[in-house]
Amino acid sequence: MSVTITGFLTDSTVCIGCKACEVACKEWNGIREDGLNFSGNSYDNTGALGDSTWRHVKFIEGKPQPGLGGNAVEQLSWEFSSDVCKHCEVAGCLEACPTGAIVRTEFGGVFLQPDVCNGCGYCVIACPFGVVQRNEDDGRAFKCTFCYDRQKVGLKPACAQACPTESIKFGPLDRLQLDAEERVQELRARGMDDAQLYDPRDTSVGGIHAMFIVRGDPRQYNLPPKPEVPRTYLKAGWTSSAVAAGLLLFGSMLAFLGSGKQ
Amino acid sequence: MSTDALQYPTPDRDDAARERRLQEIRSQAETKGRVEAIGIRPAGAPFPSASPETGYYGLPLLKQPPWKWQIPIYFFTGGVAGSVSVIGAAARWIGQDQDLARDCRYVAAAGTALSSVLLISDLGRPARFLAMMRVVKLQSPMSVGAWTLAVFGTFSAAAAFAEMLRRHYRFLAIRFAGNVAELISALSGLPFSNYTGVLIGMSVIPVWNENVCTLPLHFGMSGLNAAVSILELLGHNNRALNTLGLGASAIETIEGIYVETERKPATQPLRRGPSGLITRLGGVLSGPIPLALRIAAAFAGRRRSRQLRRVAAASSAAGSFLTRIAWVHAGHVSAKDWGLPLQLDAAQEAGIPTRPTVGAEKPPEKAA
Repeated sequence: MSVTITGFLTDSTVCIGCKACEVACKEWNGIREDGLNFSGNSYDNTGALGDSTWRHVKFIEGKPQPGLGGNAVEQLSWEFSSDVCKHCEVAGCLEACPTGAIVRTEFGGVFLQPDVCNGCGYCVIACPFGVVQRNEDDGRAFKCTFCYDRQKVGLKPACAQACPTESIKFGPLDRLQLDAEERVQELRARGMDDAQLYDPRDTSVGGIHAMFIVRGDPRQYNLPPKPEVPRTYLKAGWTSSAVAAGLLLFGSMLAFLGSGKQ
Repeated sequence: MSTDALQYPTPDRDDAARERRLQEIRSQAETKGRVEAIGIRPAGAPFPSASPETGYYGLPLLKQPPWKWQIPIYFFTGGVAGSVSVIGAAARWIGQDQDLARDCRYVAAAGTALSSVLLISDLGRPARFLAMMRVVKLQSPMSVGAWTLAVFGTFSAAAAFAEMLRRHYRFLAIRFAGNVAELISALSGLPFSNYTGVLIGMSVIPVWNENVCTLPLHFGMSGLNAAVSILELLGHNNRALNTLGLGASAIETIEGIYVETERKPATQPLRRGPSGLITRLGGVLSGPIPLALRIAAAFAGRRRSRQLRRVAAASSAAGSFLTRIAWVHAGHVSAKDWGLPLQLDAAQEAGIPTRPTVGAEKPPEKAA
């Protein structure tokens, strides 16, 4: 049986900010609500991805910019982008997990097995995108499953299924990568010079399976320009550890050699 | 009552609190013409803005470490236990100080017992702690650490148990088993005393990650300093302990100077605010103070010297403990700094406000 590596391509230029993806995700996965709070940050009262938010629509309000606001020039620019776990090619959380609870599925997604996770919390500080979070009531860490259960039976992930504008595209990763390039070219040809694909392939993350088409600087979407996987620092860390161990060992030996018999 | 209500915590439905906040915002808007509260910028435009300079409304990208109070204490007890087992083995095989070696076995066993309890109780699912033993993952310091603790804990407990048995039964087998356990405990104590530095250094938290090259050494020496001090406070007067304490304090002093002089935006929490205060207090107590006291002790009379070394020991132990608290605290502060992962540190250093307004006010100018 051949299985294809699947991916998400989230196109912010056609997102209308309806949050159907957030709702569909919560419905399908049975995630609790995260409170009814008013943030004042545009229409985004959720803020960030977390243990109870696996899809999160960002509302980016900026300076007035022709073509990005409403039909009046003085309107603020307003963009929406549905954020999700990036399902990194080289995943920091997966590498950090000491229990093997976080695995790579046959669809290329990064899946956290809730029946194995013991809530050590190390994945939380290993994710350069701040996606994984420990649910303090439950004790375990949670994140987007890439709807592994739905994909298993040949269904689209719930968010992609619910998206009314096809802003969330789901399909074979290699095809989506081509689609993304094509779409960016098309947007640029239409005069949107700042349209770009966010897929940090030149970093230690090595590319993501949930890519984003954004306009302008990805940093205003809270997308880090240079995400790095902690394993990059493995050698540096253990070298220092070896130096400390050497100092401890030889220091102790020399100190007791020098002190003589008490 | 539905089962849902039992399973899930009640979300925030405190209408009074929200009304109060709205009232605050309204009155501030009336009196000042603009509102400083997070999320509200009515001056110029009714909406806050997202921009490359302000990130996403200044919301932090990274998550804070989910660990609770157990973890800084674990860093301390683990560092002490690991170092003590190495000192104990050296005391027995090289120093011929059997009393010290015996106490080292007990301290290491007590430290490892405490460490295990602390580590397991901090898990979100403590009953599943054995899941750590499902796999060996060399690329995960948490996995390596869990295995090191398992080996170290087993053999330091065995060594202490053999020591206890030996007082009643003089069998060669018990002595042999105890010595073998002691050696394995010392060998695994070497990484166990400092791996926590690798653990937090190999993370995305900027202040920890920035110091990944020095943190293990720092934590290792801090642990050694505290280990020596605790043994001295238990009444041991071996000159080797003083020598080790002198060396550890000297390295801690150098580390303190490094932390103070390495002025990168990511390392700010080590110098500013409450976390900076604790870092400095811990640094002074474990570096220069015991170093000066131990040097002074070398030139003092016998009784005076012993007093000075005791004060140095108490200072080192307290400093080492504070150092662990400081680093964990700094990690939390660092995770909240939204500008660092977006590489907006330079903008922040230049004093650009967290959330400039759009519209009436000019957007902040970038530092030239």
